[in-house]
Amino acid sequence: MATCPDNLFYTKSHEWVREEKDGTVTIGVTDHAQEAMGDMVFVDLPKVGAKLKEKGECGVLESVKSASDFYSPIAGEVVEVNEKLSSSPDLVNKEPYDKGWIARIKPDNKDAAKKLLSADAYTKIADEA
Amino acid sequence: MAKKTPLYKQHLAANAKMSDFAGWEMPLSYISPIEEHKQVRNDAGMFDVSHMTVVDFKGSDARDFLRYLITNDVDKLTSEGKALYSCMLNEKGGIVDDLIVYKINNQRYRMVINAATHDKDLAWINKNINDFDVELAEATNIAMLAIQGPHAIEKTQQVFTKEQQTTTKDLENFQGIAVNNWWIARTGYTGEDGYEIILPATEAEEFWNKLIEVGVKPCGLIARDSLRLEAGMRLYGSDMDETTTPLESGLGWAIAWEPEDRDFIGKEALIKQKAVGTTQKVIGLILEGRGVLRPHQKVMLDDNNFGETTSGGFSPTLGVSIALARIPKITADKCFVEIREQQIPAKIVKPVFARNGKPAS
Repeated sequence: MATCPDNLFYTKSHEWVREEKDGTVTIGVTDHAQEAMGDMVFVDLPKVGAKLKEKGECGVLESVKSASDFYSPIAGEVVEVNEKLSSSPDLVNKEPYDKGWIARIKPDNKDAAKKLLSADAYTKIADEA
Repeated sequence: MAKKTPLYKQHLAANAKMSDFAGWEMPLSYISPIEEHKQVRNDAGMFDVSHMTVVDFKGSDARDFLRYLITNDVDKLTSEGKALYSCMLNEKGGIVDDLIVYKINNQRYRMVINAATHDKDLAWINKNINDFDVELAEATNIAMLAIQGPHAIEKTQQVFTKEQQTTTKDLENFQGIAVNNWWIARTGYTGEDGYEIILPATEAEEFWNKLIEVGVKPCGLIARDSLRLEAGMRLYGSDMDETTTPLESGLGWAIAWEPEDRDFIGKEALIKQKAVGTTQKVIGLILEGRGVLRPHQKVMLDDNNFGETTSGGFSPTLGVSIALARIPKITADKCFVEIREQQIPAKIVKPVFARNGKPAS
């Protein structure tokens, strides 16, 4: 059964957002998404400094069976990316909410994350998918 | 509704991710495709391949008909049980399917063909029977299991009956033998040693469970595809189809040109193509830059010469992405592959990447 921590915000396209104390947000893909995609073999990360649009393409995740675009849940500027995913894309499978994070973003609107789905709302969507 | 194999319940019990494949509900993977792949390269894994089509050819003309129907020559099968890989062509030399044929005896042969091509293959075979005295019998109520890996033979032997053990003791590579109503063959599609076994559907569940008990792990279609790709084995519908001939698919070795007086469907077209020369060849690619090779990516050799990947994916044995590609017949050892509008460098190699547990250096 896929997990879905309460302290995060979610999108219908299976990304998660965590608000950090310094005003930035960390983004990644959900446990449900990684489970559906299977063994990850390549992650194409956004560039530090890139300006992302809400729901805009910000990277690609490739598993053994398929390639999937990764969309930024919120608008903002990329301040850090998880370089470890270049050599260990399987971190997305093993720890989707921790070591498998994808990027840290400085949001254009600091309350943007709060408009996203709660864990409960996301779980309902993921269960139906 | 998708068809189910006799092992459907076992797949669900093993938590398989199921998917429709050629009209059958088949396991894509159980725990992890990469772990399943490594299990086969290093130990022993098993695949439910009950969706594949098994057809027996019986009658006084079985041999003559097969010599006419397929590119390879069943007369090469000098002893009973021997297996032969072959293509079946249309008149233009295009590949209708690729297959394995076993000689059971002089008047009986067994053919294993792809699931996805079941209907068109049977229609094609029936259309060409004409006056040949051959009866086709498609095996029904059977299961087919491929047990593959360096320890596959040893582990399967542990669960065989005494009779099965004795009968299969000296089974050679690419040979099969009947033991009561089982067909046990030392063939496969992974580049590893092992068995492909056709058995009555009613006995499949028990056999599967016994294999699990001795440590043979279930493996799904994703691992099957990455294993065959590493082994450089072609996949019908991806690496070749009715628009390509065996000569353009690196399968010239599956054509028997001798004896010259044997005619087979598509032979005339192949002779013409051979005389003119083919313009394309199949090569292997190892990606040197970042990304994953997939089918239908553009391969750039220089400003004027382009090809296309036909199969591609991640190679768990090499730890990088690999592909089979069809390119113009020019000499080159490097190329670029277009992945999401970027040109990524790749090395051109012989189309075999790994077999028998290790990279094919």
